[in-house]
Amino acid sequence: MNDLRFTEQPFSHWMRTAGNESEIVISSRVRIARNLQKHPFPLLATNQHLEEVQQELRQVLKDPRLKAYGVLHPIQLSETDDLNKKMLVEKHLISPSLANESRNGAVYISEDESLSIMVNEEDHLRIQCLYPGFQIKEAWEKASAVDDIFEDHVTYAFDDKRGYLTSCPTNVGTGLRASVMMHLPALVLTQQINRILSAVSQIGLTVRGIYGEGSEAMGNLFQISNQITLGQSEAEIIDNLRSVVLQIIGHEKAARERLMSESRLRVTDRVMRSFGILSYAAVIDSKEAAQRLSDVRLGINLGLIDGIAPQTMNELMVLTQPGFLYKSFNGKIEAGEMDMYRAKLIRQKLGKSLK
Amino acid sequence: MLCQECGKRPASLHFSKIVNGDKSEYHLCEACAREKGELIPGTSGGFSIHNLLSGLLNFEAVEQGKRTVNPESLRCEVCGMTYSQFSKLGRFGCSSCYKYFNNRLDPLFKRVHGSTVHTGKVPLRVGGEIKTKRQIETLKRRLQDSIDHEEFETAAQLRDQIRELERQITEH
Repeated sequence: MNDLRFTEQPFSHWMRTAGNESEIVISSRVRIARNLQKHPFPLLATNQHLEEVQQELRQVLKDPRLKAYGVLHPIQLSETDDLNKKMLVEKHLISPSLANESRNGAVYISEDESLSIMVNEEDHLRIQCLYPGFQIKEAWEKASAVDDIFEDHVTYAFDDKRGYLTSCPTNVGTGLRASVMMHLPALVLTQQINRILSAVSQIGLTVRGIYGEGSEAMGNLFQISNQITLGQSEAEIIDNLRSVVLQIIGHEKAARERLMSESRLRVTDRVMRSFGILSYAAVIDSKEAAQRLSDVRLGINLGLIDGIAPQTMNELMVLTQPGFLYKSFNGKIEAGEMDMYRAKLIRQKLGKSLK
Repeated sequence: MLCQECGKRPASLHFSKIVNGDKSEYHLCEACAREKGELIPGTSGGFSIHNLLSGLLNFEAVEQGKRTVNPESLRCEVCGMTYSQFSKLGRFGCSSCYKYFNNRLDPLFKRVHGSTVHTGKVPLRVGGEIKTKRQIETLKRRLQDSIDHEEFETAAQLRDQIRELERQITEH
């Protein structure tokens, strides 16, 4: 009964559309955590409790106002195999924790994949909204509107003083985590990145690599998100993040201009070498692929490479992850062959073939 | 320098966490960092936020241990989680834990968020009273302001508004 449409193809709607500042900001994501008043949090809840949570939240999905967000396709995690779970994580449609740790977990994903409603993750309910480019405010507004609909039907765990009560003390208050994924190759190349990132972390924001679980910043992709959820209003959190991201965009743009005016030849050489390697390599590991793809993306942005759509880079970002790679070759990949197939797939996408 | 976790391998990851000016330093070997799970920005290993939290919580227990209830006996009457379990797991068992552990939470929230009181969104349906209370607080601040500026006419109006709102709350 699970809908496999989301793992059949690597494209999400958001990857096709451009979005604001899409040369630097890949995507904007908001997640709000909520719990139902009358049940223990998932950590201590019995399977019976969790089943009731599912039932209660499933009722809410019948609310006609949710139709505005498109058809919501249900997926029960207990009926989903590991490969499909992995692919949903690689597309950022569900969290690693929902995929690996949840009991009685479920997710409802909108047709265009911009809205996922996760049930029985660390909290009973997590509403996620994912938009292309720099649209963090829009993402918050949509998530908040969905939150209002849920709140009409169920009683949330809420306290006058502490706000929305969550399983982890790091989410209490607003339950809001807003994050923006940025591609910052010029700041890395000009060695300004550490200075900027350490400044960011001193004002209540955190930075990490794109694939959540402790991944390093592969491919010059950085995820900037708020750390503080208590004591600031949602509007303050979003505004704070927005203004910091705007400043980083400004620095990245300036660094790109400087690279082009002062080291055009060296940048061109770097971009073209990476383009060459991706076009002809027979074996490539994920770390190198991410770095080369970043170079090519920069080359496209700077007008050094044409004939490749920037969206192809977004598609490759997902396709070169292990789950999607495995699926692309119908599961025929043996251990140790991953890097060979990754190289093959990139060659195909870039229109080259190796005899 | 040896890893602070295993004490055997040399520490290869060094990072500091700054929350509101309080700096904590961590020195870990790669194996321990990876074992810890989730995240240190910029490393391939990881270090779960819950580990960091339980560090903070244990610290709290040591600091206050002499003055307050023994963490073993402090317990949520609804879900049964003890404070010492909470400080190990870094997660609450149910919404009532917030009530039973309330006295211990201010220092924790202060460290994590720099603040202890929610100022954001309020649920529409159950939030009526909270909204009124917030309105009263705002009016009281304005009342104080107008007294300070000797604008007594405005002050009188504000006082009436506050009384009206307070009456609404007690009637509910």
